[in-house]
This record gives sequence, structure tokens and C-alpha cells, in this order.
Amino acid sequence: MALTTAEILNIAKLARLHVEESELVDYQQDLSAILGFVEQMEQVNVDGVEPMAHPQDMSQSLREDVVTESDQRERFQSIAPATANGLYLVPKVIE
Amino acid sequence: MHNLTLAQQLQALAAGEFSSVELTQHYINRIESHQDSLNAFITFTPERALEEAQRADQRSTDKPLLNGIPLALKDIFCTQGVKTSCASKMLDNFIAPYDATVVTKLQQAGAVSLGKTNMDEFAMGSSSESSYYGDVKNPWDLSRVPGGSSGGSAVAVSARLASASMGTDTGGSIRQPAAFCGITGLKPTYGRVSRYGMIAYASSLDQAGPFGVSALDCAYLLQATAGHDAKDSTSVDQPVDEYTANINEDIRGLRIGLPEEFFQEGLDADIRAKIDAACDQLRELGCVIKPISLPNAKLAIAAYYVIAPAECSSNLSRFDGVRFGYRCEDPVDLADLYSRSRSEAFGPEVKRRIMVGAYALSAGYYDAYYLRAQKIRRLISEDYQKAFAEVDVVLSPTTPTTAFKTNEKVDDPITMYLSDIYTIGVNLAGLPGISIPVGFSQKLPVGMQMVSTYFSEDTLLRIAHQFQQHTDWHLQTPAEFE
Repeated sequence: MALTTAEILNIAKLARLHVEESELVDYQQDLSAILGFVEQMEQVNVDGVEPMAHPQDMSQSLREDVVTESDQRERFQSIAPATANGLYLVPKVIE
Repeated sequence: MHNLTLAQQLQALAAGEFSSVELTQHYINRIESHQDSLNAFITFTPERALEEAQRADQRSTDKPLLNGIPLALKDIFCTQGVKTSCASKMLDNFIAPYDATVVTKLQQAGAVSLGKTNMDEFAMGSSSESSYYGDVKNPWDLSRVPGGSSGGSAVAVSARLASASMGTDTGGSIRQPAAFCGITGLKPTYGRVSRYGMIAYASSLDQAGPFGVSALDCAYLLQATAGHDAKDSTSVDQPVDEYTANINEDIRGLRIGLPEEFFQEGLDADIRAKIDAACDQLRELGCVIKPISLPNAKLAIAAYYVIAPAECSSNLSRFDGVRFGYRCEDPVDLADLYSRSRSEAFGPEVKRRIMVGAYALSAGYYDAYYLRAQKIRRLISEDYQKAFAEVDVVLSPTTPTTAFKTNEKVDDPITMYLSDIYTIGVNLAGLPGISIPVGFSQKLPVGMQMVSTYFSEDTLLRIAHQFQQHTDWHLQTPAEFE
């Protein structure tokens, strides 16, 4: 399993990570090695096996749709990098 | 004072032999003396600890379970008003605005928090070398790793810098460092302890649990932290057993299985000998030992390194430089804000796992990786269920080797992953597991793992306790930290 540099760049884009040109070869080696390692999963026949997402196979518990938390916007926004008028600030998205 | 177990300290506090303030100050002094050599803590909170100790000393009636006992918490548990970094530059500026349920429950139990312990960044690692705050050292040999990811919590107990501590275990992150540091560590059943406020790595595998000198000490912490929590939808609504009260119950007749797959090549011969000797001890205590098989166990690491990265890539998408945590300087647009904040603040292993997970979940590859890994997860879980039809407990070494050297495996992710070969299947199946010290190999501690069926932590604690009543491996302390 050898990934191309184009594939690495595509994965980085999906993961919202910036990869420097100088890091590409390391990522290529490391990720290819990890994917090569997990290929041993092909040794076993899994036909008809139900995938297991959760250890107890529980169903999601539900609760009444009522407000349980108080508004703590100011407290939570006090740790944000940039806010104004109760809103989170990000770079301009639409010109 | 620090040479007493937590259980003995509770008796001494009750008898007035010393106060919680005295005990807490004693640990504060020890942490100050040893922080430079061990780097076990990221955030040390002595003033807060002394205030909590004072309050504990003032309680005259109805003393809660852990009243006045100083603990250390892995820096993955959100603690209101205290930096909670998960050992990442991403959260270096994060002062948690709320408490994890584990933190709340320990406070209600009267415990004192000495601070937040060092770990692998976002709990991804087996050596506690990937922390933004520098690596953690093993008190038995400062040139070696303490294991990971909960290395700081294990070291805090091993070097007697706290009465006990809490960690988390996603693939062995409590049991492996407990083994490397010569202490007792328990990973409860998935869903036994609330994950609310515990920074998520792989949500279907993560579970919090205690480190202690003894199994009884771990029983105290489990007693205080276990239970259903409406704030964690995966916590299980099942009664909590009386772990401390029932720990002396008889273990005669319990059936213990040795999986043949865990005693093959790759296992250090000296570790094998220590496990054999521990099995002889358990036979003397009336347990029945027999061989069993876990035929799919060999695939556990491969399945884990698809499932855990997949869940991690999803969980860590919350770190976007917008609401909390690190933000890059002068982002040119939103995409730049996301990708540069994340790339500048995540370390190499975290980025590797996010990338592997993003790939495994991407269109066209989902079936070959994630779905297949989940099917293998089922096979591994069924192997354990078949074993539990024949035996009460599955026993093996915790690790194939003793603590390895710092920097020995840091450049080779797969070799690092293999150090979790005996522990990782337990997380995939969601079972409880314990590691206890059973001797030394070339002056380094050897750990033995026992695993039992869902919600039978009491069985593991009873066997470990009986073993520790007849051995003193768990009471050995590293020479420089006596």
C-alpha cells in the first residue's frame, strides 16, 4: 500500500491539515506503512459478520426534549480566540 | 506517610494520626522535589489542594469515601478554572469552563486534587513522549519511558507523589503504564465510568479508570467514580457493585484461562517466567488455571489502528481555532484558519492518526478499512465471549517487554503500536481489565493482566487483592523515591 503525494495532499485537505512540501515524504512513508500494516485484516474471512460499532450494542438512550442547561454564553466565549457582540469572529467568508 | 496505601491513609486520617493538610503538604513537597526529574505533572495546583484539604479536615461527621485523600488526575479530565491541555499546544491556553463528571464525583467523595498529570498528546501514544510539555520519565529507570498514554498518572503513584490517580484507557493507556511503573491499574467496562468532560480520542473505546498502589486502593477510586451519568449517553445504567466491601470474598474455584496466542514469540522469556510464578501463586489460592484460545487476537492491533484513528479524525475536527484553543496568526481565509491552526498546534502522532482516519473513512475506502475493522472487532469480542463460557478470567502478561528506552520507538509508529498487543483487544470488546505487579526483570517491573466479562470489575479486584495479600510486589518502590 503506497500512497502518492497527490493522495497525501488530498487526505490533508479532507483532514483540514496543512502539509509542508518538506513533510510530504515522511507522511508518505508513515501512512503507507500504517496502511500496509492494517492490510493483515484481509487474512480473515468476515463474510456475514455484523459490524460492531459499540461494545454493548446498546441503542441510543433518549430523553425528553426540554431545556436542561442554562445560557452560559459569556462564560464559554471568554475562552474563545476572538468574539464580538456575543458572536465568534472568523475571517471573511463571502466577499 | 507516602509509604502507606490509600486504604491505610484513610485509617490514619480517621484515627487522627495526621491531617489531610499534613498529608497534602507532604505530597506537595515530594512533587516539588521530583518534578524536574520525572515531569509527571503539567499543571500543579498546591494552593487549591491545600484549600480542599482544609475543607476535608473540617468535616467532622458524615465523612465521604475519600475524605482528605490527595489524588492526581490525567490532564484529559476537564477541571473548572484549571488549565486542561491534553498535553497539546492546541489546548495550552484552555481553562476548562466546567468539570468532568469524574472530577465532580471525586470532589463529592472528599478527595483533594494535587494537579493534572502529563500524558501523550490527546492520549495517542504508548510512551508519554509525545506531550507538548516534554516526556515523562520512569521512576524505576530515568532513561526509560513510563508507558502511555497515562504515563504521568502512573508515575505519580509509582514515585509516591499522590495517594492514587486517575487515567484513561483507549488501547491499554492505564494497564501498560501500570505495568511499566510497577503499580496497579484498572480499566473498567466500557460505560462503567462517565466520559463526560473527558476529552475524546476514540469514543467507542475510551474509558476512565484508577491507578493505585494496591487493588484495594483502585477499588476505592472505582467506588467513587463508577455509575450512570445522564450527561454521557454511553454510560450504562447498571447498579454499582460494592467493590471495597466485597474485596475479601473467596476466590477459590475461580477459573482462569491462559490464551495460547499470548504466550508465543515476541514475549520476553523472563516476563513469561514471572507470569508462570504468579499463576502458581493463584493455584495455591485455589484458582483453576487452564489453556484457552483467542484465535482472532492477532488482528486486534490492525483493527484498532483503523477504528481509533477514524474516531479520532472525527472527534478532533472540533479543534478549528474558532471557539476555544489555539488559533494561528493572521489567517487569510476560513480554510487557512482551520488548516494552519490545526497544523501548528497538533503534534506529529496526532496528525498521523487524523490523516489515517480521514483516509479510512473517505469515499471508496470505507468498506475496505472501517467496515472490515468493525467486523473484526466483532470476531475479537466473540472470542472473549466464548472464552468466558469456560473461564471467569483471561490472564496474560500486560506487555510483551518491560519499559523500553526513551526515544527507542518514537520514530517508528508501528513498533510503538505493537507494545499494546495484549491490551488492545480488551478495549475493542469493551471489557474490564486490570494490571498488577508480579515481579521484576532486570530491576524493571513486570505486569500481569487479568480480564473478565462485562461489569465484573469486582472479580478482578478480588483476585488481585488476594494475590496482593500473599505477595509484596505491589509494595516495592523505586529506590530514589522511597
